[in-house]
Amino acid sequence: MAAQVSRAEYCVVACAEAWRGDGEILAAPMGVVPRIGARLAGLTFEPGLLLTDGEAMLVGDDPEVVEGWLPYRRHLALVAGGKRHVMMGASQLDRHGNQNISCVGDWKRPRRQLLGVRGAPVNTLNNPTSYWVPRHSRRVFVERVDMVCGVGHDRAAAAGPSATRFHELRRVVTDLAVLDFATPDRTLRVHSLHPGVTAGQVREATGFPLTVADDVPRTREPSAAELRLIREVIDPEGLREREVPS
Amino acid sequence: MSAAEAVGRIESGMTVGIGGWGSRRKPMALVRALLRTDVTDLTVVSFGGPDVGLLTAAGKIRKLVTAFATLDSIPLEPHFRAARERGALELVELDEAMVMWGLTAAVHRLPFLPVRAGLGSDVMTVNPGLRTVRSPYEDGEELVAVPALRLDVALVHLNRADAAGNGQYLGPDPYFDDLFCEAAGHAYLSCERVVDTTEFAAAGGPGTLLVSRHSVAGVIEAPHGAHFTSCVPDYGRDEAFQSAYAKAAADPGAWREFAARFLSGDEDAYRAAVAEFGREGRWPLR
Repeated sequence: MAAQVSRAEYCVVACAEAWRGDGEILAAPMGVVPRIGARLAGLTFEPGLLLTDGEAMLVGDDPEVVEGWLPYRRHLALVAGGKRHVMMGASQLDRHGNQNISCVGDWKRPRRQLLGVRGAPVNTLNNPTSYWVPRHSRRVFVERVDMVCGVGHDRAAAAGPSATRFHELRRVVTDLAVLDFATPDRTLRVHSLHPGVTAGQVREATGFPLTVADDVPRTREPSAAELRLIREVIDPEGLREREVPS
Repeated sequence: MSAAEAVGRIESGMTVGIGGWGSRRKPMALVRALLRTDVTDLTVVSFGGPDVGLLTAAGKIRKLVTAFATLDSIPLEPHFRAARERGALELVELDEAMVMWGLTAAVHRLPFLPVRAGLGSDVMTVNPGLRTVRSPYEDGEELVAVPALRLDVALVHLNRADAAGNGQYLGPDPYFDDLFCEAAGHAYLSCERVVDTTEFAAAGGPGTLLVSRHSVAGVIEAPHGAHFTSCVPDYGRDEAFQSAYAKAAADPGAWREFAARFLSGDEDAYRAAVAEFGREGRWPLR
């Protein structure tokens, strides 16, 4: 089975795993692979998850069936209420989990204007946050981000108890590995390597020293049922393979 | 009233709020009317889309208050991006929730509202004027005091309105158009169709009646007035046109051509040029 599983499919499963144990909250995936992962979690081990149609509607197992309404204003209330776990993208991410999607270079006159802060500040201060990085590289994993949009552990701690109260960074899923912050100083470490990836490869693609345990596990295999769901039900067009080419 | 009359009430230096979200139900006919005026030096508050792009390209914006500027199906608004990279735009970059609460504070005539969002982020760094406020209760929490985003004028576009200024949205999301109207000294509401008040009930339930006449100073009938953004269920986004807009915006020569073809006349001329573009199915790009 393992030989037939694509890298994108390992990523889908790794993203799905980020929502394990979350129960009846909104899974808010940004990106193709996280979206497939959230649905996979909802259809398998986290049936309580709430999912949207990408706009203003809450949908059930069948994405055609509307079960609720979540326009932006209510979405923002749900963020602040904490019953949500978002997986955002990151143009830059540092070892403390500070994330940048706003601009590269000096904020006053950026070398490259990106999305803007969007909802990253409200997300990271209020509900569990994970990140999805489809191309693990030194351009993304940098020593210092140019603008802190999503708040990392060091910055939250410095900002005081109101900043840390609901602050929780769960996982960073990339095309090479799954990372988390389970170190004494809550900096990034490798949680699991995707099959076929070496620790050296991940270190090479990361712009700061990265902890990889000698006995670091492999990202788990998808079950046959999960593979069927990914390939036949959730993503029959194979959009995942375009986001993470094998 | 006409779009020209509405934007005729806008003076240089004013703070203008623009409804919709990204490339969704933007009051584009009103924005185009604003482009035809000599008004300048505006402070614009917007969940940014091509409204911000067009006004930026025309040099109308001195200061922009936003959390992003996007075309949705194209992640980055090209004029916004270019202006930022030229250092030509004064930006007040806030979190999305901060914009909502800033508008809400203005609606309630409060000086600020407390939010958790922003703490620890560089939103606090790039806006050195932002202050925090401490809860007077036992929790003692220290939160961001988002200042009220008071508007001189608001521009919004809805699906239906009556002549008195009651507005009805029929799409999936009201966005924040009611807040924009109520946060403004004067709000101008364009709509796809002006209807008799008696027609509202058949089109949708009471929750669709988003904007009330007490917060609206003028109604403008503007069919396709959100083009090229979406105005569901009346029409979706004109992706082909938006794509042509974005391509043209990336090059000054192509942009001059685009502006000459689409933005040099009145709204009727715009619609005729868009119809011709639709028949051709493409914009002659070099």
